Amino acid sequence: MLSKSQAQAFFLGGTLVTFLIFIGLTIYSMMPSNDQTNHENITAEVIQGKHLWETNNCMGCHSIMGEGGYYAPELTKVVERKGEPVIKAILMSPVPWAPNGRKMVAYEMSEEDAEAMIEYFKWIGELDLNGFDHMVSPLAKDRMEKMKNK
Amino acid sequence: MKYKSQKVAYWFFALCMLLFSLQIVYGFIMGFARIGFDVLHEFAPFNTARAVHTNLLVLWLLSGFMGAAYYIIPEEAQRELVSVKLAYVQLISLALVGVAAITGYHFNIWEGRKFLEIPRELDYLVVINVLLFLGIIITTLYKGKRRTTTAMVLVMGLLFAALLYLPGMIWFDSQVTDSFFRWWVVHLWVEGVWELIMGGILAFLLIKLTGVDREVIEKWLYVIVGLTFLSGILGTGHHYYYIGVNKIWIIVGGIFSALEPLAFLAMALFAVYMYRKGEKNHPNKIALFWTIGASIVSFIGAGLLGFAHTLPQTNIYTHGTLVTAMHGHYAFWGAYAMIVLAIISYSMPNMTGRKRFNNTAGHLAFWLSNIGMLGMVTAMGVAGVVQVYLERKLKMDFMVVQDEVVVHFAVMLVCATMFATGIGIYIYEFIKFGRPTDEAMEKNELGVNNDEPVKPQLVS
Repeated sequence: MLSKSQAQAFFLGGTLVTFLIFIGLTIYSMMPSNDQTNHENITAEVIQGKHLWETNNCMGCHSIMGEGGYYAPELTKVVERKGEPVIKAILMSPVPWAPNGRKMVAYEMSEEDAEAMIEYFKWIGELDLNGFDHMVSPLAKDRMEKMKNK
Repeated sequence: MKYKSQKVAYWFFALCMLLFSLQIVYGFIMGFARIGFDVLHEFAPFNTARAVHTNLLVLWLLSGFMGAAYYIIPEEAQRELVSVKLAYVQLISLALVGVAAITGYHFNIWEGRKFLEIPRELDYLVVINVLLFLGIIITTLYKGKRRTTTAMVLVMGLLFAALLYLPGMIWFDSQVTDSFFRWWVVHLWVEGVWELIMGGILAFLLIKLTGVDREVIEKWLYVIVGLTFLSGILGTGHHYYYIGVNKIWIIVGGIFSALEPLAFLAMALFAVYMYRKGEKNHPNKIALFWTIGASIVSFIGAGLLGFAHTLPQTNIYTHGTLVTAMHGHYAFWGAYAMIVLAIISYSMPNMTGRKRFNNTAGHLAFWLSNIGMLGMVTAMGVAGVVQVYLERKLKMDFMVVQDEVVVHFAVMLVCATMFATGIGIYIYEFIKFGRPTDEAMEKNELGVNNDEPVKPQLVS
C-alpha cells in the first residue's frame, strides 16, 4: 500500500519533472527558428494597434485568434473579410455600429489610430495558426479562392 | 472555532457574499444583452459587464480562499494568527483595490486582457496585498505548534498563485507572446495551483466532517495534487493549439489535457470514499452537501467537459465559441465556487455559535443553485454546439448565427433566475447566522468542549 512519504515523493517529483519539461518547451517555442508569427513584421503601428486593442478592451466582446468575449465577431483575417474602408469607418464612427441590432461602443478613433488598428489586424491575419485561420474565417478563405479563380 | 483570530474569516466571507451577488447582477446584464435587451449599453456595454463579471468572480473566490486560510491555518498550526489587525488591513485594501478596478472598467480604464483586465497600477497594489496576506499566513504557520500537510498544501497553493500573477504583468509587443504568458497566469491558476487550494480546503473539510484519520486523508491529498500538476502544467498546451505557436503543443497539450480529468476523478472518488468510510455523523449536513457536491461537479465541469472541449480534433471547431463559456461556468462553479460555499457553510456555525446545520433553506439554496447552474450550462452548451455547426461547418456569418441562438440564451436566463434565487437564499442564511462571537469558542461544532477532540476513525 502506498505510504504518505511515497505519495509526497510522487507529488514533488512529478511536479518538478513536468515543470522542467514545460520550461524547456516554452524556450523551444520561443526560438526564432520556430516562429510562426512573422515577428520581424511587428512595426510601431502594429504595437500601437495592440495597445489600442487592449486599452479599449476589444477582447471583451470580439475574439482574436479564438480568444475573447464571443459576443461580437472573430477578428482574425477581418481585413480580408471586410476591407480597410469599412473597418476604418466603424472605428471612426461617432455613432454606435449596430449590426443586427447588437451595439458596439462608438470609439470615434482618429484616422491614425484606425490605421494602426488595421495594421495590427493585418499582422494577425498573417499568423500561422495551425489551421484555425481557415476554420474561423471561411469567408476570407472563400473570397481569396474566388479572387484566384478570376 | 478554537481561536479568536479565526473570526477574521467571517469578514472575508461577507465580502464574498457581496461580490458574488454583484457578479450575478452583471451576468444578467450580459444575458439580457445577448437576447437583444442591451438597455444598459451606455452605463455598462458588454465588454464592461463581462470584465466586471469575470473579475468579480476572481475577486470573490480569492476573498473566499483568503477567508478559508484565515479560518484553517490557526486550527492547523494550533495558534492564533500573528496579527489580526494586519489581516483587517489586508481585507480593507483588497476590497478597495477591487472597487477601484471595477469602477475603472466603467470609464474605459483597463488592460483589456481577458481575465487580467485590472490596470497595471492596481496590479502593484494587488501584489502588495497578497504579500501581506502570505506574510500573515506563513508566519503563523512557521510559529505554530505543527505544520500539517493540509496547511502546507493550502499555503503552497496560495504562494504559487501569487508568484504566477507576475508573468501576467510583463508587456509584450506580440499578441501571440502576450497570450502565451497570459495563460501562465490564467491556466496555471485555475487548472494548477487553485486546485491545490481546493485540495487543501477539501482535505480540511473531510477531516472535520467525516472523522477519517488525518494521515489517510493527507496521503491521498498528495496523490491528488500530484496528479493535478502532472497533468495540469503541460496541459497548459491546450491553450496554445491555435494561437500562433509551435505545433508541438498540439501533441503535448492534447496528451496531458486528456489526463487532467484524472485529478478531478481522484478528488471525487476520494471525497465520496472518505464520506462513506467515515463514521463521524457530523450534524452539519449542508456543509457536507457542498463539500461532496464540489468534488463531483468539478469532475463533471472541469474534468469531463474540459476533456471533451480540449481534444485538438474537437477544439479546432469549438475554440472561440460558446462551448468555452459553457465549460468555464461549470468548471468554476464546481471546483471553486462550491468549495468556498462549503467552507463558509462549515465555519459559520462554528464562528457564530448558531447551529443552523440542517435547515430547509440551506438545502433549498444548494439544490436551486445547482439545478439552476446545470440548466444554464446546458443552455450554453446547446447554443455552443449550434454555433459550431452553423458557423464552422455551414460557414454562416457570426451575427446571423447569434440570432439563431437567442432562444437558448432566453432559456439560460430562466435557469439563471433559479440559480440566483438559490444564491439569494444562501446569502439570506449567511445574514441570519449573525456576527461571529467569542462565546462560540467554548464549544465546537458537535457541542462538546474543544479540549475533548473527537476520536478519529481509522481506515486505510
